[in-house]
Amino acid sequence: MKVERRIISVIVQNEHSVLARITGLFAARGYNIEALTVAPIPDTDMSRLTIETRGNVRVIEQIIKQLHKLIPTFKVIEHEEMIEKEMVMMKFPINESLSNIQALCEAYNGGIANVSSQHIITMVADEPKRVRHFIEAAQRFHPVEIVRGGVVAMERE
Amino acid sequence: MEMTGAQMVIEAMKLEGVDTVFGYPGGAIMNVYDELYKQSDFRHILTRHEQAAVHAAEGYARATGKVGVAFVTSGPGFTNAVTGLATAYMDSIPLVVISGQVPITLIGTDAFQEIDATGISRSCTKHNYLVRSAKELPLILKEAFYIASSGRPGPVHVDIPKDVTAELAEFDYPTHVDIPTYRPTTKGNVRQIKKAAEAICSAKRPVFYLGGGIIHSGSADLVREFVSATQIPAVETLMARGTLRHDDPLLLGMVGMHGTYQANMAMSEADLMIALGPRFDDRVTGKLSEFAKHAKIIHVDIDPSSIGKLVDVDYPIVGDLKEVLEVMIPKVKEQVDPDRYQPWREILKRYNEIHPLRYEDSDKVIKPQWVIERVGALLGEDAVISTDVGQHQMWTAQFYPFSFPRQFITSGGLGTMGFGFPAAMGVKRARPDKISINFTGDGSILMNIQELVTAVESRLPVINIILNNHYLGMVRQWQTFFYDKRYAETDLSFQPDFVRLAEACGGIGYRVETKEEFDEALKDAVDKGVVAMIDVIVDRDENVLPMVPSGGTLYNMMLEFKD
Ligand SMILES: Cc1ncc(C[n+]2csc(CCOP(=O)(O)OP(=O)(O)O)c2C)c(N)n1
Repeated sequence: MKVERRIISVIVQNEHSVLARITGLFAARGYNIEALTVAPIPDTDMSRLTIETRGNVRVIEQIIKQLHKLIPTFKVIEHEEMIEKEMVMMKFPINESLSNIQALCEAYNGGIANVSSQHIITMVADEPKRVRHFIEAAQRFHPVEIVRGGVVAMERE
Repeated sequence: MEMTGAQMVIEAMKLEGVDTVFGYPGGAIMNVYDELYKQSDFRHILTRHEQAAVHAAEGYARATGKVGVAFVTSGPGFTNAVTGLATAYMDSIPLVVISGQVPITLIGTDAFQEIDATGISRSCTKHNYLVRSAKELPLILKEAFYIASSGRPGPVHVDIPKDVTAELAEFDYPTHVDIPTYRPTTKGNVRQIKKAAEAICSAKRPVFYLGGGIIHSGSADLVREFVSATQIPAVETLMARGTLRHDDPLLLGMVGMHGTYQANMAMSEADLMIALGPRFDDRVTGKLSEFAKHAKIIHVDIDPSSIGKLVDVDYPIVGDLKEVLEVMIPKVKEQVDPDRYQPWREILKRYNEIHPLRYEDSDKVIKPQWVIERVGALLGEDAVISTDVGQHQMWTAQFYPFSFPRQFITSGGLGTMGFGFPAAMGVKRARPDKISINFTGDGSILMNIQELVTAVESRLPVINIILNNHYLGMVRQWQTFFYDKRYAETDLSFQPDFVRLAEACGGIGYRVETKEEFDEALKDAVDKGVVAMIDVIVDRDENVLPMVPSGGTLYNMMLEFKD
């Protein structure tokens, strides 16, 4: 069966070790988490997790059913039509061309976040695929550190 | 009213109608035990090991369908209980297990007898709680009982720090709970049920695949009605034994690795499988790609994640089996023609004539299957039967004449040796009107042998029948078949004197080497109504047959084994 990439959002009740329950489910059943972002939903006692995972149709279906089955799970959203964004920060040596780096970042919906005596730090937020392209393109400036933030997603409608 | 956390625990038990708690005290749960001492509304049974406390609670739950309850202390008390939780989890048994924990102020400091209990139980419970304050306790306890017993049942673990059991708070026990994130679907989709009913009526070779969900949902009566109205043959999983009466002509027997020839052939040749609450365990399906290759599948289950997990299902129906059957049976009855399946029933009958379930009896040595048949003939419906794990378990499933649901108590999913005896104590407590028999092996019985003391002290007369083959028989069987008889560490020639062991604990022991001796021993044990060990020396080399080798196909059974 074909392996596909999927983004799943899970809305859960904020309770003791709820994140451990979710990651534990993936670990115990041998499912894969590629990326995970979590934050509380403002003005509620819920949190939203966005999980990037891979698997064949049966595995993805099981993941969704198993997530549903957890008692604190309120809702599982299998995204069809969604807007996806991912953030990445990169650190470059100060001797690289500041203006070239800036131009590259701007092409990918980002910019320079900080410049110190040693390093340039950039920040880009864009679709995951474009973030990958950005990271590839930025290799020529000899990055010393890369931090990816994981995907967040929202239904279009 | 203001109460301490410990008082709340005791009050909650009363309000939940709990009549028995199995357990073992210790530092972190002492406040609860102190309150327990002051009450006489329910009984506490002190097992001699926490694993046994949980298994006994399971035996109680499995025999009644009610929630079983166990109390254990923190650290080693809790870790000892884990095998029990896992056993219950795999077989969907409703339990509430309450453990003590070190005081909140000490959590995370590697305090004496501290363990991350909820971290451990997360993967072997339906849900778990670490209680942070006495204020939360009433709702948590109410939820625990509700979650354990609703939807697909399962064990719930509540971990209570010692300072919480001492803390005072208002006790206002909820009369009902509504957990917005937990609402099991109970009504099946009506359109889907209708389509399934049509499929049943137009099939030529349908077969009922009866699973443990029938027992849990209390729908055995409906299933009996369904089977008799349609005259469609049925196979039972290990967990569904007792759904149909053993003498029902439509019962093909157990299915799977040690299933009957006709049951396994029925699964392999069916054109429609009506799966009611089974979970397509690999011990049933064998090689998945060959499983029920010709059949469309109807699968009814309360747990959506069990549907389509392993095989593609043509008619998935999520819902409580009882509610689904109440809608489905009348729909099928309207249009079904039982004669339609006559040729199919004939085929299966012929399969059974060619290869019936059988064993070769002997005059020289007792055959284990004979013992089980004999108990069946002598006690029949008067006994509830528990087992440990091994050959004796499979022979019991094959040869005991089960007549009602919850008559057969066994660890199916986890396959826990040491389960049988404590579970049989729980059974005796739940069903004092029945004789509680535990068929066990000389290996398994030693795993919770200390419970002889509990059983005698607590007047829970369980009759343990050891089918003593001086081997870890089931492993020895695999070594015989698949490892060229290299009997690595399965020879149990060196054994305790089970008779004296029983006597040392205040019970009665019998050593049996002939059929006559067996009849006498069983009669004596039943008459005396005391805790008994009947050590039956059986044929050492008997194998469980038929057998589908692990990963093999159901239609390629080993029917006999020749050296
Ligand atoms: C706790 C545990 N340990 C190991 C096993 C593996 N195992 C399965 S059957 C079996 C042999 C059981 O021997 P015995 O109780 O003498 O029963 P018999 O098969 O001889 O009837 C073993 C070791 C198990 N199921 N459970």
